[in-house]
Amino acid sequence: MLCQICNKKTATIHLTEITNGLRSEMHLCEYCAVEQGIAAKSQVSINELLSGLLAVQPSDEEMFGPSEEKKSCPICGFALDQFRKEAVLGCPNDYEFFENALLPLIEKAHNGKTSHCGKIPSRMPQEAKEQIKLANLQQQLDVAVRKEDYEEAARLRDKIKQLES
Amino acid sequence: MKLTDISNDINEWFNGSGPLSDIVVSSRIRLARNLAGHKFLSRCSTTEKSEILTKLKEVLMSLDLGDKIFYISVDKTSNLNRDFLVERHLISRHHAAGRGPRGVVIARREFFTAMINEEDHLRIQVLKAGCQLSKCYEQINHIDDMIEQKIGFAYSPRFGYLTACPTNLGTAIRCSVMLHMPALKMTGQIEKFFHAARDMGLAVRGLFGEGTEAASDLYQLSNQISLGVSEEAIVSEFENTIIPEIVEYENAARKELLSKQVDTLDDKISRAMALLQSAHLISSHEALFLLSHLRLGINMCERMGATTPALKRLRDLAELPRDKSGKGADEDKGLSITTINRLFMLTLPAHLQLNYGKPLDPTHRDALRAQIIRSALNKET
Repeated sequence: MLCQICNKKTATIHLTEITNGLRSEMHLCEYCAVEQGIAAKSQVSINELLSGLLAVQPSDEEMFGPSEEKKSCPICGFALDQFRKEAVLGCPNDYEFFENALLPLIEKAHNGKTSHCGKIPSRMPQEAKEQIKLANLQQQLDVAVRKEDYEEAARLRDKIKQLES
Repeated sequence: MKLTDISNDINEWFNGSGPLSDIVVSSRIRLARNLAGHKFLSRCSTTEKSEILTKLKEVLMSLDLGDKIFYISVDKTSNLNRDFLVERHLISRHHAAGRGPRGVVIARREFFTAMINEEDHLRIQVLKAGCQLSKCYEQINHIDDMIEQKIGFAYSPRFGYLTACPTNLGTAIRCSVMLHMPALKMTGQIEKFFHAARDMGLAVRGLFGEGTEAASDLYQLSNQISLGVSEEAIVSEFENTIIPEIVEYENAARKELLSKQVDTLDDKISRAMALLQSAHLISSHEALFLLSHLRLGINMCERMGATTPALKRLRDLAELPRDKSGKGADEDKGLSITTINRLFMLTLPAHLQLNYGKPLDPTHRDALRAQIIRSALNKET
């Protein structure tokens, strides 16, 4: 398909816009898309992408399921429809309280990852640190097995064994 | 400590030194943290925000960073000061435009800043000249440890450091480098860089000016994924895989200019020299655009030993040492990368006005900017 503006280059950017229920499509080459200020969209941050993603969702019910929709966090009073507007949460407890609803978003933002692997606060007791490390390794192992990456799985299994002994 | 104490020169990390500094201008790592036992800022009352600010300010001001530290109350300072802090990359635009009690702690040499009550309660960053991400991480990790000795952060074993936005969750780390990519733009290949960045899951943002295609050809490249990968792995991938690949794109474009598009290169360099040497009114946008070409020219002379007709004239103008081993020997003499970087920063609107001592309308700013650039470029004045 050729770009509908210059009619010369191949259209690689396809834009569907729905305004007041009317659907319109645009097929542009990269050059014309930049001219039109459309290709700049390829540079949006994940933040914007997330809120954009949320904005096109038809309803909270479809997105989070009926049970999650009306819940609000007992600590901060935050509800999920606010997340749709602001793209930020109300308090640390929201991660636990809305875990089911947030997990797909977290997974999308972090390339399929859903558990921390990295710094553990230095003030944590040694025992807790080791438990966290172990839990994280176990989670990584599950992912590796699911992806059938057996080389990585074997490496993680050895690490877990080492930590347990 | 007043802002005018730092406004008349560039900061250390912008002085054009460091590894790969012809392309990688500076490196930055920031960590996002929130205090345990407090709500995120979107749900905080002004009183709670003040409480967080007081706690964090006290902890930060007591840190031993091997440098003087000072605090600026971002909500109480003037608009001009806020713009200055943004121009200098000491606070984000978001922080400048925010609401409620908020502030920033800055090390005098500007290698460290801590924004309090931005999107998260605390965002600390370390900046260094050139490509030095692992050194940045080493330092910020140490500072983070020192802060954690005194105050507890919101952390979950499952998700790591808890941030207001789930996109920062986990390590809550953002690695960024400031890249100068003029040759990719001149050869019409800047899209290649955007695509490569996107394919590697990285964010690109234009610096010094609005929009992704920055007039200055300076871009910020940052990681987006912060969960499920360790800090060390993120930093190492950035420093050892991503940056060399991107730097190679720009280097290839520079070689292409020299081998196949000398006229394009010489035209840009000559125009930049002529306009900057003689303009009496120059907008910030035009100045950034032209200074970028001079920066490229000087780097091509110094690093690649290039000798096209325009570059020879630039070499004479800049009084660059002909002996390459004499690099850095006469930094204050002639026109060096440091001088160009200084002109980049000191001719930005808020810098101009702060150094002038009072607000100026755009025409007066354009005149003052042109004058500063002319006197740096013309030997006789």
